[in-house]
Formats: sequence, C-alpha cells, structure tokens
Amino acid sequence: MNDLSSVRPRAVALPSGPSLAFSRLAFELRSYVRRKDSLFFTFAFPIVLLAIFAAAFADTDLGGGITGAEYYLPAMLASGILTIGTQNLGISIAEERYDDTRKRLAGTPLPPTAYLMGKVGLVLVAGVIQALLLVLIGRVAFAIPFPSGERLVTFAWVLLLGLITSAIAGIAVAQLPRSAKSASTVITPVVLVLQFVSGVYLPFSLMPSWIQNVAALFPLKWLAQGMRSVFLPDALASIEPGGTWNHGGIVLVLALWLILGAVVARAMFRWIPRN
Amino acid sequence: MNTHEVVAEASGLTKSYGDLHALRGINFEIRRGEVFSVLGPNGAGKSTTIEILEGYRQRTAGHVSVLGEDPQRASRSWRSRIGVVLQSAGLPEELTVRELVTHVARFYPEPLEVARVISRVGLAGKATARIGSLSGGQKRRLDVALGIIGRPELLFLDEPTTGFDPEARRQFWDLIRDLRDDGTTILLTTHYLDEAAHLSDRAIVVADGRVVADGAINEIGGREARIPLVRWRDGDGAHEVRTDRPAALVSQLHDSALEGNGSGEIADLEIVRPSLEDIYLGIIESTQGDLS
Repeated sequence: MNDLSSVRPRAVALPSGPSLAFSRLAFELRSYVRRKDSLFFTFAFPIVLLAIFAAAFADTDLGGGITGAEYYLPAMLASGILTIGTQNLGISIAEERYDDTRKRLAGTPLPPTAYLMGKVGLVLVAGVIQALLLVLIGRVAFAIPFPSGERLVTFAWVLLLGLITSAIAGIAVAQLPRSAKSASTVITPVVLVLQFVSGVYLPFSLMPSWIQNVAALFPLKWLAQGMRSVFLPDALASIEPGGTWNHGGIVLVLALWLILGAVVARAMFRWIPRN
Repeated sequence: MNTHEVVAEASGLTKSYGDLHALRGINFEIRRGEVFSVLGPNGAGKSTTIEILEGYRQRTAGHVSVLGEDPQRASRSWRSRIGVVLQSAGLPEELTVRELVTHVARFYPEPLEVARVISRVGLAGKATARIGSLSGGQKRRLDVALGIIGRPELLFLDEPTTGFDPEARRQFWDLIRDLRDDGTTILLTTHYLDEAAHLSDRAIVVADGRVVADGAINEIGGREARIPLVRWRDGDGAHEVRTDRPAALVSQLHDSALEGNGSGEIADLEIVRPSLEDIYLGIIESTQGDLS
C-alpha cells in the first residue's frame, strides 16, 4: 500500500508563485477553449456588431467623412477590451465564489495571487487575440489599413493598459453579485450602459455634453478615443471633445481606474468565501 | 499505526452567529493514524466544527490546533499537509479527470503519482473522460482523488458517501481503510452509522453544539447501552428484555415452552446486540430529554 503513503521522507519546498500562476493560466486557457459555445460568441459578437454598424452607417457621415466601418472598428476594439476583461472576468470570478470552485482551491496550498494572475493572464491572451482578429477583419472586409510606426505603438499600449485595467476592474465588480445565478444579470447591464454612454454603440459626438462628461469619468470612453487615434487620420481629432486625441488623458484615466480597481479588489476579494 | 500522538485537538471550541450558538464548547483529540468520526443530527454543529478545523471558518472562542498550527492563521505549507474532500461542487466540467488531478497535483510539494491515485479511486477507465460526463458517484471519487493527491497527513471527509449505492459505498470503505493502513489520519463526518461503525476507531457525538458522547467506536455510549436485547412472543403478547445473560434467559424460556407447547420453540425469538445506530439514537433521545 506504499503508493498512497502519507509518509514524507524529507522536506520539499512548495512550488513557487510564478510557476503556479503559469499552471493556472494554462488551466484557464484550456477550460476557455473547451467552452466552444461561449468561445464562439465572445469572438463573433464584436465582429458581427462591426458588420452591422458598418452596413447601417455606410452612407452616413460620422464627422469629417468617416465611414461607419472606420468609426466602429476602434469602437468595437474598445468594447472588446471591456467585455473580455470587466464583464467576462467579473462574471467568472463571481460565479466561482458561489459555486464552490474557490472553496475547493482555498483548501489547497494554491496562493490566491496565482489564481488571480491566471485570470488576468487569460484576459490578456484572449483580449489580444480578439483585437488582432478585429483588425484583420477591418483590413480584409473594410480595407482599413493595419496600424504601423507610432500608431502601432499606440495600439499596443492602449490595448495592454486597457486589458489590465479592465481585468482589475473585473475583479472589483465581481464583488457585486450575491449569487452565481445573478452574476451575469448584475454585471452585464453595468457594462452595457457604459458602452452606450461612451460612444461605442452610438457616435460619441451625438451625445449631449452632460453624458459626454459623465462618460469621461469612466475608462471606456478613453479606450475608444485611444483606438480612434490609431485608426483615424489625425485631422479627425477634431471630433473629440477637446479637439485632440489627448493621449495623456487616456493614460491618466486608465491608470486611476487601475489603481482604484486594485484598491477595491484588494479590500473586497475574499479567497475563502464567507457564507 | 495508532499511536497516541495528537494531530488535531479542540478545547472549549465555541462558535456563535449573533445570538445563535452553533458550538457551545467542543472538546476532542484526534490521534495520528486513526479514523475519527464526528456524528450527530443535522444542524448539530458537525460541519461548523470540521470547517473550523479546515480553516474555512473562524471560531468565536476556544483553542484549536491542527498539525501544530492554528487553522485560521494557517500557512501554505500547513495546507499542503491536509486534504479536504468537499461535497461535489465547483468542478470544471470541460476538463478531463486526468487533467484536473494533474493540475491540482502541481500545487503540492510532494504529490502522489496521478495515474495511481486515479486508479485507486476506481476512475482508471474514466481518466480521459470529461468531468461533466461523470455520474454523481464518479464525481465523488474524483473529489476523493483531489483530497488525497497532495499526500495529506490528515484527510477531512465530510459526508463522503451521500448518494452512493450500497456497492459503491462498500468500495469506498475499502479505499478509506487502505488510506488508513497507509498511515493517513482521517476525520469523517457521516449520517450512516453503519459506515461510522465500519470505518472509525473513535468517535464523538455532537448534539446541540455540545459533545454528548465520545470514545472508542465499540465502547461509545457506555456498557449499559450495549446490553443485548431478547425479544419473543407468547400467549401474553410480545416481550422485550435487556439482559447481560441472554443465553440463560433463552434457556429458561425454552424450558417453560417445553412445559407449555411441548416443542420448546419460542415464537419470534431474537437476540439483538444494539447496533451503533441503536446506541446513537439512544444517546440523541436522552440528550433531547435533558434539554426539555
């Protein structure tokens, strides 16, 4: 019966935090790609919306002669960042709190940071793939050129800073739902309202200034603006409220939300759920 | 294997939720290498007790030590020395049995071999099956595999065989005995008294947040509770007598039956040794008598 022996011949060190974070990321990715239905809808949704908006606004001047596809590609990129981070991650963390996944993990020596890093890592991987897919569709279907040079750099930092901020905000909003079943009902509308006021579904310039001001308090408006600065001619910065792309403002607001999200997540996140 | 080294102990353990007193001063010791059962009715405080020992809940007062540490301030290395078998929940349905057990094995410094653990819980044929496709009993075996993969010194089993058919329960008992024979200390809670009788070395009975009986499993409840019961029927109706000398009583009944009906046979004769269940029910009944 030696094969089940509890006797430990010698003291062996616990696995390191980073190696466990990678194990968790591999585990999350594997589970994620196996959920084929949710995988398909997550990646297809912004592409389908892009196609619909491009068709609906094909003959509409959205300011400065921008086509529907040109306006909505950056909008869908920003929207995808928020959906994959705040919405999907928030729902998953809330569900795992109430369906006993976390109770199970908390009974093992897995450190909570490795669990969270696996979740944030999944957002980064899935978010980058989704963004590249959208840019590719934009190029193939709507002849929107790939960003290059300085614009490629802007694309990269808006995407990465956006995904991290969005993921941390997801850990924070995961504390709102009070049951696994209510997780998506609680978190989805928060994200949806933000999309409407932030110029993702409706052109931002159509919003009354008070809505624009409210939206400017949240990160999505800035993400969309950052993505527009990647894909639209510089002359069209005039459609933004300040008349510039305001990269400094984008970094500032995203960084503030990153810090706020981290503080809330740190204060509210419970590894061992209380019931 | 059963030494007197104490691996877990609680003294004066209390837990209150506002005015509700779930535990009112629980005391016990668990020794290395034994199977220790916590028995009691629903709501008696069994789960609260075990969850405090597992480090899931904070106690209100009292002293608790598990493997030399206070569970509510437990370190990762402490977690690597215990195994927790939860009720089947929170399993990732889209992964296979082997993938999940392999993943969880990585959390531990010295895990057991994944393939051996899977085959020992009887899931060798299901190693590459998706967890979502397993039956309830198979998921329960997977729960056990996840509880033992880290080579725990102390294993917590909270109502492990609920919903098992009799054959699955017997197989599960064999597994638990193997683990015990390999030196794993086991804390078991169960509603099945025959299970506790088969598996445990010692037990406590918890009722209304207190320990109302404790001791070796074949002594719990005291000698009095184990006195055999002789039942029979005659012209005056049914009889039931408790006696330390059942053979003498039966012999006497036989003699008088010979005089009566000539055959010496006694109608509906039974000599019953009280089962753990009978003893347990007696303990719970007398406790409720004390309370009212």
